[in-house]
Amino acid sequence: MTRADYTVPGLTGALLALLAVHPFLPGWALNTIGLSLAVGLVVLGMLVLKRAGLVSFGQGLYFGLGGYGAAMAGVFLGVTDFFLLCLFGVLAAGLVAFVLGFLLSRYRGIFFAMLSLAFSMILYGLLVNSAALGSTDGFGVAPPTYLGYDTGGGSRLGFLLYGLTCLLSFGCAVAVHRYLASTMGYIGEGIRENEVRVEYLGTSVRRAIHVKYVMAAALAGLGGVLTVLFIGHVTPDDTVYWTRSGEFVFVTILSGTGNVAAPFLGAILFELIRTYALQYAPNFWQMLLGSTLLLVILFLPGGLWSVGRLIRGRRHGGA
Amino acid sequence: MVVLEARGLNKSFGAVVAAADINIAFREREVVGIIGANGAGKTTFINMVTGYLKPDTGTILYRDRPITGLTSREITRLGIHRSFQVPQIFAELTVFDNVLAALGIAAAIRPGFWRPLRTPELSARADAILERYHIADYHDQMAGALPQGVRKLLDIAMAMVGDTSVLLLDEPTSGISADEKMNEMDTVMAALKAADVTVLFVEHDMEVVERYAQRVVAFYDGAIIADGAPDAVLNDTDVRTYVIGPELHRRA
Amino acid sequence: MLTLTAILVDGVVYASWLFVVAIGLTLIYGVMNILNIAHGSLYALGAYAAAWAVGEYFAAGYPPFGSFAVLLLAAIAVGLLFGLVIERGVLKWMYGRDEIVIVLVTYAVFLILEDVMKLVWGVESYMPYQPRYLLGNVDIGGLPFVVYDLALVGLAVVVGGAVWFGINRTRPGKLLHAVIFDREIARAMGINVTRVFTVTFVIGAVLGALGGAFTAPLISVVPGIGVEVIVLAFAVVVTGGLGSIEGAAVGALIVGLGRATAVHLLPQVELFVVFGVMTLVLALRPQGLFGRTVVRKI
Repeated sequence: MTRADYTVPGLTGALLALLAVHPFLPGWALNTIGLSLAVGLVVLGMLVLKRAGLVSFGQGLYFGLGGYGAAMAGVFLGVTDFFLLCLFGVLAAGLVAFVLGFLLSRYRGIFFAMLSLAFSMILYGLLVNSAALGSTDGFGVAPPTYLGYDTGGGSRLGFLLYGLTCLLSFGCAVAVHRYLASTMGYIGEGIRENEVRVEYLGTSVRRAIHVKYVMAAALAGLGGVLTVLFIGHVTPDDTVYWTRSGEFVFVTILSGTGNVAAPFLGAILFELIRTYALQYAPNFWQMLLGSTLLLVILFLPGGLWSVGRLIRGRRHGGA
Repeated sequence: MVVLEARGLNKSFGAVVAAADINIAFREREVVGIIGANGAGKTTFINMVTGYLKPDTGTILYRDRPITGLTSREITRLGIHRSFQVPQIFAELTVFDNVLAALGIAAAIRPGFWRPLRTPELSARADAILERYHIADYHDQMAGALPQGVRKLLDIAMAMVGDTSVLLLDEPTSGISADEKMNEMDTVMAALKAADVTVLFVEHDMEVVERYAQRVVAFYDGAIIADGAPDAVLNDTDVRTYVIGPELHRRA
Repeated sequence: MLTLTAILVDGVVYASWLFVVAIGLTLIYGVMNILNIAHGSLYALGAYAAAWAVGEYFAAGYPPFGSFAVLLLAAIAVGLLFGLVIERGVLKWMYGRDEIVIVLVTYAVFLILEDVMKLVWGVESYMPYQPRYLLGNVDIGGLPFVVYDLALVGLAVVVGGAVWFGINRTRPGKLLHAVIFDREIARAMGINVTRVFTVTFVIGAVLGALGGAFTAPLISVVPGIGVEVIVLAFAVVVTGGLGSIEGAAVGALIVGLGRATAVHLLPQVELFVVFGVMTLVLALRPQGLFGRTVVRKI
């Protein structure tokens, strides 16, 4: 007997709610939601990898490639269209992931984690040391146009950017949800549990991991584009530096992998706490992150989403 | 008709000789028991045939086609499947999901990524497999929490998914209590009979071997020391010395 | 010619620094299968402790050459203390869990310690430069070098030799080998694996702090110095093969010389060279130069 799956209706409800409250929320709230959804996208990609047993400590690489891809398309190619910018960002991230995936798909565990970190630091070094790529100052990003429609330099918190961000997040969440229920999704679970058996069933573990890696990169790239459009600026420190990747890992563990909605919930919680912490106690922010991470690992290894499961009292596979 | 053949197989791990010039052929639909002391080379043989290990020298042929050096998954796709001494299952998935995943993977070379795996038809087929191997009662249990006998059956059930032509069972009854052994083998052999496969099973329990094997192959120190009808092999002096022991105790 | 000399000397000095920092990391991994991200914190703690101690020492007007002992003692003190706190206080609850979970735990500890250091020592920079100039300068091939920097090479050799000797020629070292090879069997043979773990971790921590303490006179000690160290140390250790002392030495040399070449010829690609070399080695030999592969038995 399978439990009824309320994920898609739940996500739809959330989408409609988010869209509906737009006129009523203050600017900072819209900003937080937008940035949280972008982080949620990155963590959604990491959820796919974590289901397969892998943790990437370097998603900042693709988050940054997304942001820089969009920014540079604007600065060097004069692109302003929202959809084209997203395409540039996602392609930049996806192509690099495709190439790096040939090496990374051979590794697991600690190696996979630290190699991904290393690659993100390589990009960081390249960006910081090259004036043509903006060095530590990065690039400014103008508000986008939408298929020709120009908001006339209007606020970044206008309905179009916010609404499209919500829509894209919804779309990706639903797509990943379907993916996880497909054969590839089950292969991911299999890889986590027993790679030997997966190979003996007749499918390539490496190829599957390669695909998942590119997926996660594309999602992170999209998150990067959206973030950069909300903030209006992209720098290496905000996107590619290891601290950003570390934050993504934190949110992944905090959220748990039980459901595609978990990353977004974890991301919103994270953004809210971060805003307050950086404002009132900036020298305690890392301690707070570290302590919370320890507590979650010790006492709630399935992340926040598993609280829902505990309440419902049912056990279901897939941590 | 010869379905699986090994010619001149050699494999050493440092000073340990696991395979010493193995030459053997198996015919379609044979049921062969493979016996030998621990370390005699039986599992190494299975590992080489199924692509997990590469022989140092020698060839393996499947229906006259050389398959030495192919990967495990390529060999699986050709129809050579195996079960494991330690059951290789997905511990944190339910028994049903284990079989479902196996079916999904076996179904297509390129795994689907959009259509849900759990369709009514595939679920029905998975349920049928659980029934056939008498593990339907464990449908929703975590595979990692199963008793050993059920684990073995699940392992074998997963091995049989897809088009199986040759099935290698590595110690299918090891770790199972004496009363349960025959039940389990009965279940397995009944399921396999319907499927028309060549079965090679490694066994330490001579009663199981006597009961099911049409032919017995005995390994010792990486070499085959006897090969023939069960009666002949089990009474062979060398086999008695190196494998079974001087007397065969029969249950009343 | 001058550039070549500069590259060689800088490369070897940098390699020595890398080696001292990385050897603790590889030791802990080799014995306990833990990649200790908090190793970067131990490095920083060693640097801070040394900086503070040196400051106090010179302010009190003690004989200058004693400051080397101060560096050593600061490292040992901080390594012992935090090594014990981390291993007994946090890690011991995590043994047996997935290796990636333990990495996350050491990452959490790293984050916490970053802010602890800010709490204890504030955010200003410390520059305990005094010990660096005590030994004067020397001329090599026409270029001036600070003797202290060159002495780092000596430190690396001494540390490497001591660790190698400890592992390969002493009885406790043999116990270590047993634990590295098979934890379960070692335990079954009566080896107190828990104690081996604690001792190993503390030694690794002291080594990390040592790296920081002796580097402190070269740099300005500020929050965040632990970060780049961890990434570099990882590159060195992975290139050489996780768990191998020889590998750490060779890895350090390769990375050190590679980086020195980049710095002198094309500074933008510094990090690129370091990780590029690592990637190349891994592409050709996934377990690193001296690492051992473990084939799963089925």
